[in-house]
Amino acid sequence: MSESVRVQASINGEKREFLCEPRQSLLEVLRDTLQLTGAKEGCNNGNCGACNVILNGVLVNSCLVLAVEAGGAEITTIEGIALKDRLHPLQQKFLEHAALQCGICTPGFIVSAKALLDNNPDPTEEEVRHWLAGNLCRCTGYDKIIRAVLDTADSADMQSVRG
Amino acid sequence: MQAFDYVRPTTVDEAVSILARHGDQARVLSGGTDLIVALRESRRQVQVVVDIKALSETAELAYSPQAGLRLGAAVPCYRIYGDSAVAAAYPGLIDAARLIGGIQIQGRASIGGNICNASPAADSAPALIVHAATCVIAGPHGRREVAVEDFFAGPGRTVLQPGEFLVSIRLPAPEPGFGAAYLRFTPRNEMDIAVVGAGASVVLDETRRTIRSARIALGAVAPTPLLVAAAGNALAGLPADDAAVEQAAALAEEAARPITDMRGTAEFRKHLSAVLTRRTLRAAIARAQAA
Repeated sequence: MSESVRVQASINGEKREFLCEPRQSLLEVLRDTLQLTGAKEGCNNGNCGACNVILNGVLVNSCLVLAVEAGGAEITTIEGIALKDRLHPLQQKFLEHAALQCGICTPGFIVSAKALLDNNPDPTEEEVRHWLAGNLCRCTGYDKIIRAVLDTADSADMQSVRG
Repeated sequence: MQAFDYVRPTTVDEAVSILARHGDQARVLSGGTDLIVALRESRRQVQVVVDIKALSETAELAYSPQAGLRLGAAVPCYRIYGDSAVAAAYPGLIDAARLIGGIQIQGRASIGGNICNASPAADSAPALIVHAATCVIAGPHGRREVAVEDFFAGPGRTVLQPGEFLVSIRLPAPEPGFGAAYLRFTPRNEMDIAVVGAGASVVLDETRRTIRSARIALGAVAPTPLLVAAAGNALAGLPADDAAVEQAAALAEEAARPITDMRGTAEFRKHLSAVLTRRTLRAAIARAQAA
């Protein structure tokens, strides 16, 4: 039973094909098979958000998706967030605001914040805090992260990214 | 994680036959936010995971003001509150869908999965009960329908028999003068599990001052989500005022039979049953009057 399955998906705009067992999570395959180690395993049960990716336009915990479910999907991981020639404005603002310390939660926060701004380009502070409630950070106390996201939404750079 | 096979049937009959063949060694997968964690922690042992997301009926979200809502069992929460017509017609359901887990959980988790997981604290259960929802079940002997308040058999247990699975949930079309709400008490606003949850719905008369009928439901105060029929029945014919609200709150508190656990004491849960019934009923009345 549980033979390996061949799965095709578009990951960060690139067609990828991989073999996985049904029991493997998308997170395991991203990290261990595809060497996309930006998504982190924190709690592995959907509480911390460190493994967040965007699956067919929807923010998900990659630890709560089976890799076999991702057949035909479009997936954006933290590795697909930066622009061709420079950081994404969110990444730039996280640096400017020092919105990270140990950095383990940062990929998840940036992916979540990207999904928020794709969905709601001009969020209020409350909306940002609500949206990011599923991302845990034990270093920053969150304030700098919230400010970095709000500042990104207001930035001229973000306007140019949106086009 | 334990090894298992993964199948993705494309018809209801195919899903039923796989489930019937494997009995308790098969589990249905929709959003996976409960199941995958349970498999990983070996709280469930299975040979086959049956992904029902490729069935047209389980993925359907269809609303009409005449026929009401057909909510496929695998429709994730974000699609429900993202549909403005559904959001306007079923405010109690929307309150619950927006509360379950966080944003990334709502991207996967379905209302069908929430009730099949059968936690007494499931946020969607009191909301579905006050919306008078019905569960549509498919199995080896055909289809059957069960009122959502009768769907639960105990903590983690439902009335689903071997080979059966939940296909969809039907919510009747709201009558004129309808309003509903769901509220819960949690230490944290998001990503938390209800200490107590309460749902209320009312139908007001043409003047919008008198209650024609009402439903009150509680979560996390008994082994299953509870329809508090006594509270709903007592409200019928009463003016939609504070006295009516107080009466319903007292009856809800009386109906609650909670336990003490890490989330709260039985005494506190009794108290919360009254407080949340009061608040949620006021919200349902206000929505009915604003509609």
